Amino acid sequence: MIKLDSKIPEGPLTEKWTNYRSSHKLVNPANKKKLDIILVGTGLAGSAAASSLGELGYNVKVFCFQDTPRRAHSVAAQGGINAAKNYKHDGDSVYRLFYDMIKGGDYRAREANVYRAAEVSNATIDQLTAQGVPFAREYGGALDNRSFGGVQVSRTFYAKGQTGQQCLLGAYSGLLRQIGKGTVTMYSRREMLELVVIDGKARGIITRNLVTGELERHSGHAVVLATGGYGTIYYLSTLAVNSNGSAAWAAYKKGAFFGNPSFVQIHPSSIPVLNDYQSKLTLMSESLRNDGRVWVPKKKGDKRPANDIPEDERDYYLERRYPAYGNLVPRDVGSRAAKERCDAGYGVGDTGLAVNLDFKDAIDKQGKKAIENKYGNLFEMYEKTTGINSYEEPMRIYPAGHYTMGGLWVDYNLMTTIPGLFAIGESNFSDHGANRLGASSLMQCAGDGYFIIPNTITSYLADEIRTPRIPVDKPEFEEAQKTVQEKIHKLLTINGSQTVTSFHKRLGKILWDYCGMTRNEAGLKKAMGMVEELEQEFWRDVKVPATANELNQELEKAGRVADFFELAKLLVTDALNRKESCGAHFREESQTETGEAKRDDRNYSYVTAWEYNGENKPPLMHKEDLKFENVEVKERSYK
Amino acid sequence: MNIKLKVWRQKSAKEKGKFVKYTLENASPEMSFLEMLDALNTKLILQGDDPVAFEHDCREGICGCCSLYINGRPHGPGEKTTTCELHMRSFKEGKTIVIEPWRSRGFPVLKDLIVDRHAFDKILIAGGFISNEAGTAQDANSILIRKDKADEAFDSAVCIGCAACVAACKNASAMLFVSAKVSQFALLQQGKVEAKQRVQAMVRKMDELGFGNCTNTYACEAECPKGISVTNIARMNREFFGARIGTQKS
Ligand SMILES: Cc1cc2nc3c(=O)[nH]c(=O)nc-3n(C[C@H](O)[C@H](O)[C@H](O)COP(=O)(O)OP(=O)(O)OC[C@H]3O[C@@H](n4cnc5c(N)ncnc54)[C@H](O)[C@@H]3O)c2cc1C
Ligand code: FES
Repeated sequence: MIKLDSKIPEGPLTEKWTNYRSSHKLVNPANKKKLDIILVGTGLAGSAAASSLGELGYNVKVFCFQDTPRRAHSVAAQGGINAAKNYKHDGDSVYRLFYDMIKGGDYRAREANVYRAAEVSNATIDQLTAQGVPFAREYGGALDNRSFGGVQVSRTFYAKGQTGQQCLLGAYSGLLRQIGKGTVTMYSRREMLELVVIDGKARGIITRNLVTGELERHSGHAVVLATGGYGTIYYLSTLAVNSNGSAAWAAYKKGAFFGNPSFVQIHPSSIPVLNDYQSKLTLMSESLRNDGRVWVPKKKGDKRPANDIPEDERDYYLERRYPAYGNLVPRDVGSRAAKERCDAGYGVGDTGLAVNLDFKDAIDKQGKKAIENKYGNLFEMYEKTTGINSYEEPMRIYPAGHYTMGGLWVDYNLMTTIPGLFAIGESNFSDHGANRLGASSLMQCAGDGYFIIPNTITSYLADEIRTPRIPVDKPEFEEAQKTVQEKIHKLLTINGSQTVTSFHKRLGKILWDYCGMTRNEAGLKKAMGMVEELEQEFWRDVKVPATANELNQELEKAGRVADFFELAKLLVTDALNRKESCGAHFREESQTETGEAKRDDRNYSYVTAWEYNGENKPPLMHKEDLKFENVEVKERSYK
Repeated sequence: MNIKLKVWRQKSAKEKGKFVKYTLENASPEMSFLEMLDALNTKLILQGDDPVAFEHDCREGICGCCSLYINGRPHGPGEKTTTCELHMRSFKEGKTIVIEPWRSRGFPVLKDLIVDRHAFDKILIAGGFISNEAGTAQDANSILIRKDKADEAFDSAVCIGCAACVAACKNASAMLFVSAKVSQFALLQQGKVEAKQRVQAMVRKMDELGFGNCTNTYACEAECPKGISVTNIARMNREFFGARIGTQKS
């Protein structure tokens, strides 16, 4: 059995990365050209990595399923990107950012990785600014900052509500530059469907050309996954609808361990579910809670329009329960608090599954113009979706599936348990523990891509310089392609009576109900049975039209949903195993008297890493014990 | 609500396409336009027909995937609205809705309503970047930029690359797209070093790819879902001619 080794460098926390960088093995420029790197994904993590690895001189092949790298889901990030610049002189530092993330993640993340993420954050802002990302500025010309949940400093850089778009386009411009220079070859409209492992090392992938349907083989000396998160497993989520977990799942089935799969972030402020045919939940950025106040009526079932409810009949429940952080509590806390009020009958709107996010006080104090300046596009988005002008009346919001802290288990090198297979950005489990703080994903993605992977992959490839280009006619490629072909064939020949989407919706509902914001043993066991049954029904009765040899969007979806069934079982297994509450993982059996998450550090201070153990066999569990040497482990309180 | 549709169907780039009429009985004004198409596709799949292929991803107006020509307008009737943000409440019951792909030389149809917009990447590869390498940047606040300039650069930078501007233009000009990128960088200190080469390389590439000339009809601005202004085109022209004169002198 593989032993988990997180490969954390020796030495004090603050020196680990510096020491690593100055002592890891290098590859000389002439050799870099002979080394092929496969990079799947062009979100902020992938695009940043592509431009850095290309610049170093490697031969990089980049893949994405959209028509162009610029459309990766990162483009939708709204609120901001963190860095420990301390431009506001409000006491910020690398250590404080690190501390906030460790605490925010409820002490379930690895110290060394988190510290490094905080450490490279400043260079990321410098890099993106130098690339022409038009971050918001103050009148004096310096960069502006705002606050995000779970922290008491202003360290979030932003470009109105389009920070992800601007950061991604910056990284994408670097990627394009490398295409022009010939170091990066771009393969758009390709979906990776299998990983190829030869002699224990990741050596290639099988992709489907999404226009022609052709299966293609690509080889490399190393493979990097930057394929994002699997939040769409809930069907309705804030993610781009084509986001999926299939690349990570393929890697898992080939031997990469899956870390903390049940750690899923439910974001407190999304436009609520409005109807049955809804395909997507639109996020209303957390940054809005800087100026918006969250409330519900004090009276149960009060159906008066929000503006008719007088001040003293409003319950600003976040300010009431968490006076120190108020509306800026972290997401897991905010989401559960909203659920608690709605479940108790205080929710607003037709469904009662919504709370108010009110800007009246902010507008009175700062003027409409100031609010428009900060959040204009979010107010517009809200109005387009709901038809409501929220300068005049409060927005209605409700929690929605948003981000996956869980992902492929990686060591300090961001390498999975398959040698030569790396995972960066949201696709890995690394930096956010059991709950991610706002604006720290973009920070992690850019840091992984620009600054970390270029070092760690070089250290790995230094031992590969004698490996000649890997031929794609090896039996392992043959076999991987066959696996893909068989799955496609199976999906196309069932010819049942229900659409792929209808299955996806039902799967999402099961997970939302039993493995969402709160979980309990009975519910999880029930969910497991339901997922298994639904999966069998899927393989009996799904209808996938047309053929494999053409542009076939239903076939693409079918493959992803088929994988989601398997991943869903792992999610539930993981949630069942962890009998404590921590961060976003709230086990009802483990809560304080006031309804806060109760951790059990004695028994669960570890990362769960699951190993695939064959079809229909329970996965094997590995534990990475977490050691906290630089922070004091405390109850996580925002009161 | 009952919906009548006329949709462009085309099996692949090589085959000829045609309009096909459909009806959809159970639509609702609250549906987004793409959810209406989802419903149509569910119906088609269940009756054994091929669903309509259309491009989409974020479904919130930011990724630039969705690209439908609806009743003769890119992204349909809304002002500053992408197709995915459009709702059925903007349509009248009973009137036929005509849905086509972008029609332009530069963007061949791949299937049904999906076109190949790769040409936009090619233009940016020619010069749509600032050359700097990770790890070499100076402290971000060492370059101060006037807020109004930064805001203006941001307004140019919000382009989502959907190509509605080209689809709207009778000359199939890509000037709005190209000028937005040129302007973003020209307005920022960081972008000035390479400004000359950038505008020349991008314009050359744009011409080479067969995009048409701008004859100032402003249809692009009117149809841009992100409100990118034609003043970008004026700025690009200044940059371009300035660059040419600059090059001749040196
Ligand atoms: C609405 C929303 C708002 C957010 N706002 C913020 C914010 O303000 N600040 C913040 O820090 N974070 C935010 N986040 C989180 C953040 O946006 C994401 O975590 C981050 O962008 C993920 O980036 P990534 O590079 O890991 O992957 P992604 O951007 O998801 O990119 C995945 C890439 O992988 C490719 N891919 C996936 N699978 C395959 C396959 N099988 N074959 C080929 N290609 C594949 C895709 O084509 C794509 O290019 C937000 C998230 C959402 C949903
Ligand atoms: S689907 Fe992303 S902009 Fe419409």
